[in-house]
Amino acid sequence: MAKIKHLEIDGTSANYWALLGLLGVFILGGLGSMWFMEHNGHWVTGMTNQIVWGVPHVMAVFLIVAASGALNVASIASVFNKTVYKPLAPLSAFLALALLAGGLAVLVLDLGRPDRLMVAMTHYNFKSIFAWNIYLYTGFFAVVGLYLLTMLGSALKPYGRLAGTLAFIWRLVLTTGTGSIFGFLVARQAYDAAIMAPMFIVFSLAYGLACFLLVLGASFAMTGRELGPFLVRRLRNLLGVFVAGSFYMTVVHHLTNLYSAERQGVEAFLLLDGGTITSLFWLGQVVVGYILPLALIYTPVYRDMPFAPYVAAGLTAAGGLAQMYVTIIGGQAYPLSLFPGMEASSSFFDGAINTYVPSLPESLLALSGIAIALAIVAVVVKLFRVLPVSLADETTDPHHGL
Amino acid sequence: MTELTRRQILATGAAIALAPGLTLIAPAHAKNAEDPASAQNRWGLLIDAAKCAKGCTSCVDACKAEQGWSSQGRPQTDPQWIRKIALRDPSSGRESSLPVMCQHCAEPPCAAVCPTGASFKRADGIVLVDRHICIGCRYCMMACPYKARSFVHEDVHGQRPHMPRGKGTVEGCTLCVHRVDEGRLPACVEKCPEGAMLFGDLNDPASPIAQRIAAETTTRIRQDLGLSPAVHYQGV
Repeated sequence: MAKIKHLEIDGTSANYWALLGLLGVFILGGLGSMWFMEHNGHWVTGMTNQIVWGVPHVMAVFLIVAASGALNVASIASVFNKTVYKPLAPLSAFLALALLAGGLAVLVLDLGRPDRLMVAMTHYNFKSIFAWNIYLYTGFFAVVGLYLLTMLGSALKPYGRLAGTLAFIWRLVLTTGTGSIFGFLVARQAYDAAIMAPMFIVFSLAYGLACFLLVLGASFAMTGRELGPFLVRRLRNLLGVFVAGSFYMTVVHHLTNLYSAERQGVEAFLLLDGGTITSLFWLGQVVVGYILPLALIYTPVYRDMPFAPYVAAGLTAAGGLAQMYVTIIGGQAYPLSLFPGMEASSSFFDGAINTYVPSLPESLLALSGIAIALAIVAVVVKLFRVLPVSLADETTDPHHGL
Repeated sequence: MTELTRRQILATGAAIALAPGLTLIAPAHAKNAEDPASAQNRWGLLIDAAKCAKGCTSCVDACKAEQGWSSQGRPQTDPQWIRKIALRDPSSGRESSLPVMCQHCAEPPCAAVCPTGASFKRADGIVLVDRHICIGCRYCMMACPYKARSFVHEDVHGQRPHMPRGKGTVEGCTLCVHRVDEGRLPACVEKCPEGAMLFGDLNDPASPIAQRIAAETTTRIRQDLGLSPAVHYQGV
């Protein structure tokens, strides 16, 4: 197997600048939305005192979860010593940082007081998993940054495995923290489950790899570099395992809830009577997110079609967004049970199913998270030697031509 | 002889003059506003749902007037520090009505999850939000089992000097901490026409609230969560 060279992209074409311009428009849209929301107050959004977290959180948590998953390609190369993935490691690490930056930006811009970000950085309540996450997120930038230095600078190369292992452990802890944001909510029947943390880790493997495959395919196609089917097939097979794992965790989570009489109400809401939430669960999370990607990956008719892995990855990411919507919005839409067994009503919507319709500003803010992540990747591949010159089979497949 | 402050005289007078069941800060516990809250006290409420009249919103109106929050005609985003909940037991058809506000838990989940420590519990058990360091993340609202908190969705008007509020931060019942510190009753308790709300020191075995809780059957909302709320109910 020949040594694979990495080179910056040219980045002078009209298409490149058009892409950056388009992403810039979305980013400006997000910033403008933030200004509009903060100036008027959150009443101009679809968020309420019932649904306190809306689509900005759906997008932010998706991107943060995908960020840790995107790092896995690099981890497989350095921690598990699968050399075939090594050429992809720098892109994997940069994409992880970019996705995290996009997710955190949306999260911060949706705060009631985003101007108080410095307060969040200087006042810590160490009992709060949110406060821990602030450390985990900033630490992720530091640890993955260090890991990148070992990849890009020859002097630190001997420490690559060590840095990669640290980054791998860090990402597991980070996603445990993200899942625990929901797992620790004792009062909400849709959450309050220890499975949330490991389930989010498995989700992250699927969403992160899906995002990675899409970025890899797009960047190679747009720069005219060759990406052979050998590597894509391996990534596709890996995606299949992660999607199946996500499906499994989802089934276990809901079956466990269904077994408990106390939670049958919230399960009936999510799985049967929840209107948009129920549709998003079955059509979005299950069909688009699990069944269709698995069919594309494992059905002989489709699996070797050149676009099948990318379509599967796109469906996995779309299903991931649906899952986050069902988890975050659905979990809040079902009312808190203050008096179990009793029918409750009040002017504050006790006992009522809560509705949520995202407004344009909050939707634009959410979309800007993707734009921020992609813009960072687009700039990074121009500035650094991140993308391999070629990933044709003769350079990646050790058995090529045998 | 130590000179009595106006506050102490008021508290003592209230203890003597008001009808049994309405007063409840023993003079020994009334404190100067500048003194720190003490863990010797655990302020709480006992609410008798059997006395709480359906449709009566005196406690809610009193809270609005005292704390300066109001409706903007947008029920989904308007704040509600206290609300009346109508309950119906589907098996028996029995109906009841009761006010619900921050339950001032001994183990408040809002304070546990707050990343900056803006949500906190005073030594005397009153759970508050420090508006200066609340970043408006709303995680406390996700964590509160009682739906006791509101996010301020728009500009605020008619703020009271004792209760600064701010768009973009979270707020909720303060148990009228400004009144309690002056040895006065919370506004909701004072204005309840049925005498359904009793305020006092749960830590003081001689206080009427502690004595009634010791002698009568009371319950707390979602006791199963083990948060030990300071608001007790009976007749639910």
